[in-house]
Amino acid sequence: MNLSKLDLDMLDAIADLKDVPDGALNIRLNGAAVIRQSSPNISVGSNPDGTGLLVEIKPGTKNESVHVPVVLTQPGLQDKVYNTFIVGEDADATIIAGCGIHNDSHAISRHDGIHEIIVKKGAKLKYLEKHYGEGSQEGKRVLNPTTVITVEAGASAELEMVQIKGVNDTIRSTIAHVHEKGSLKIVERLLTQEEQKAESDIKIYMEGTGGAAQVLSRAVAQGKSFQLFRAALIGQAACVGHVECDAILMDNARIRSIPELQAENAEAVLTHEAAIGKIAGEQLIKLMSLGLTEKEAVDTILEGFLR
Amino acid sequence: MLKLENICMQVSNDHGETIEILKGLNIQFEKGKVYAVTGPNGGGKTSIAKVIMGIYRHNKGHIYLEGEDISELSITDRALRGIGYAFQQPPRFKGLTIKDVLSIASPEADLLRIRTYLRDVGLCPEDYLDRDLGAGLSGGEIKRIEMAQLLLRGPQISIFDEPEAGVDLWTIQKLLGLIVSRYKNNPNKTAVVITHNENIIPICDEIIVIDGGIVKAQGPPKEIWHLIKDDIECKVRNQCQGDVIYELK
Repeated sequence: MNLSKLDLDMLDAIADLKDVPDGALNIRLNGAAVIRQSSPNISVGSNPDGTGLLVEIKPGTKNESVHVPVVLTQPGLQDKVYNTFIVGEDADATIIAGCGIHNDSHAISRHDGIHEIIVKKGAKLKYLEKHYGEGSQEGKRVLNPTTVITVEAGASAELEMVQIKGVNDTIRSTIAHVHEKGSLKIVERLLTQEEQKAESDIKIYMEGTGGAAQVLSRAVAQGKSFQLFRAALIGQAACVGHVECDAILMDNARIRSIPELQAENAEAVLTHEAAIGKIAGEQLIKLMSLGLTEKEAVDTILEGFLR
Repeated sequence: MLKLENICMQVSNDHGETIEILKGLNIQFEKGKVYAVTGPNGGGKTSIAKVIMGIYRHNKGHIYLEGEDISELSITDRALRGIGYAFQQPPRFKGLTIKDVLSIASPEADLLRIRTYLRDVGLCPEDYLDRDLGAGLSGGEIKRIEMAQLLLRGPQISIFDEPEAGVDLWTIQKLLGLIVSRYKNNPNKTAVVITHNENIIPICDEIIVIDGGIVKAQGPPKEIWHLIKDDIECKVRNQCQGDVIYELK
């Protein structure tokens, strides 16, 4: 199938794809898979009930990736998908997900992506997910991702979840189970503008001895937008966990940040730090003293903060 | 040439009272010279630097750069006209790397040049270029990066605010050598070093002693050193980590 310029622009925005790449891939356009291909080590197929994908990465696969972007350009479409990813034992792979909505109508376009990820023993996963919205009319762009991840013994996973801009409403839910000597890092970067709303709820159950989890959240709220961030670390074994949430607040925006630590084992070491504030005046002055205008200085600070 | 003419600056304190920080300053900074601005804490040294950079606004008087009155210009416009300031306590940036900030300081500088300037301030480029200019760096490292920014940018008027603060003795000697070699007798540039360190004073062409918001003395080090010692009476009030602070009477 030939993708339109709009489709390709959206793919570029969410997955840095300039063209259809080789290797494992599934492009979902307006509620249906339009391009699907597997590689020798990564199979991409439908799940048994036909509601989404089953992606299986063979044990021992090294340095391979699979792209599974979703694009909505049909106005008013309500799309829901259930995807399952299984990263085989001792594999080392990257999953590039992401969703872009282009909505030029007055109707709501919405995508709910429910991802279950299983990182098998000793495997290593990097998961990238970018969300982006655009449109010339008042029709809302809504993205509600749910991610349930299991990190098995000795496995590690890094989830990088980014909402670039243009998404009116989002409710993000992330639930993780980290087993013995498993390691999980979640990096979340969110930008909200105008009257957008974003809610992120992260729960990490650290179930195995020697597990480690880290949540790094960077948020910028502009205009009259609102963000709610909750991150709970539940230490059920001897483990180490840390939550760090930093937010820059601008204009008349609001941010509510709620880190939560729940220790159910005396050997669990859980920490958190949270900070919300405006851009420091001294940072602006410093960059202006290097020749940037105030707007350029603000943009530079925000770009770095959300990088 | 940079000329401060009758510069006055007032601020309000927490009780709403007006306090005069600078009281009719007249100073002329010539090209090809390195100036030391010294004096007791709270005397107005950093205020002068910030007034020149446009960070603080003066209430009276004029600032001329090459004959142009720049008093009403923004920080950005002054920077673009050739004024630079290395902060006494530089801010940190989450997410911006050292390479990012040095590239902003000098957009035309290539990576080779950036690496050279990092080495000049005693930092190994391989270890530092991609590091975040955030909480992971020590105060001394941040200070050296601040110096590298100003040296790399190389503006016509370069103001170094207490370059010695937080920097080890070996590095400060090297930094002073760089300032002298790049500014002394340079027909296009002027360096202003705000300092409490008596070791810096002799290497400068002129000393300006600021106390109580006025110029107490100005001249070549030999003359001023004599004045400080014999006529003004210099008394070591405090000595801490190599910094000497003088009390002028």
